[in-house]
Amino acid sequence: MSIKLKADQLEAIHSHAEREYPNECCGMLLGHAEGAAKAVSEAVPLKNLRLDSARAQELLPLADPGRESEKNRFLIDPLEQLRVEREARKRDLDVLGYYHSHPDHPARPSNYDRDHAWPWYSYVILSVEHGKASEMTSWVLSEDRSHFDLEPLKL
Amino acid sequence: MPVKVVIPTPLRQYTGKSDSVEVEAKTVGEALAGLTSRFSDLRKHLYNDEGKLRSFVNVYVNDEDIRFLQKDQTPLTESDIISIVPSIAGGSTTCCICS
Repeated sequence: MSIKLKADQLEAIHSHAEREYPNECCGMLLGHAEGAAKAVSEAVPLKNLRLDSARAQELLPLADPGRESEKNRFLIDPLEQLRVEREARKRDLDVLGYYHSHPDHPARPSNYDRDHAWPWYSYVILSVEHGKASEMTSWVLSEDRSHFDLEPLKL
Repeated sequence: MPVKVVIPTPLRQYTGKSDSVEVEAKTVGEALAGLTSRFSDLRKHLYNDEGKLRSFVNVYVNDEDIRFLQKDQTPLTESDIISIVPSIAGGSTTCCICS
């Protein structure tokens, strides 16, 4: 698998992540997949539902809310996701994956990321160091869910 | 009664690349059972070992989450559209497990 992002999408993800710092940002990647090659045509910023902790907790409870918050967790509102996906389908675009930021953490998936990941999707992670966008990587869950494989990210 | 189930991209590899599937059902539970009996590889992605829907699988009937309706027992009418919406969650702590 590989994923291709254009310069303006990269810029949009960078500024979204810097704007939300020190919280995690998240968004959807729309485009087309031809075999194993994904080409992103839109990066859509979405709200981190962890900022609405009561509703987020109702949908996907955190094990340790004392240590987990919008600063190190994100959750996308499934209804917002459904609506954006429905609109995308009308324009013949598919959901290729999602991006999120790791404020002051490396652009590497955590165990928590893996436990909540789906096969096939690209999980693009952007590290934000002291408020500035830094390394960006993309990952795909292995078929047996045991690990993520680094996916070539083409610009 | 035929109802439409919309399949998200990561699960289309198990439905012969179809982005939606029509099944005969009167409830959400029947629709998902019909879907997974036709495409058995889908089962492990939707249900846990106890046969319950996984917590990070959201099922919507039109714009309503079945958690807040009657869950599996939610009744369907002919124009209803069922959507399987993968929960998208993550976070940065407990790094790192990459290969």
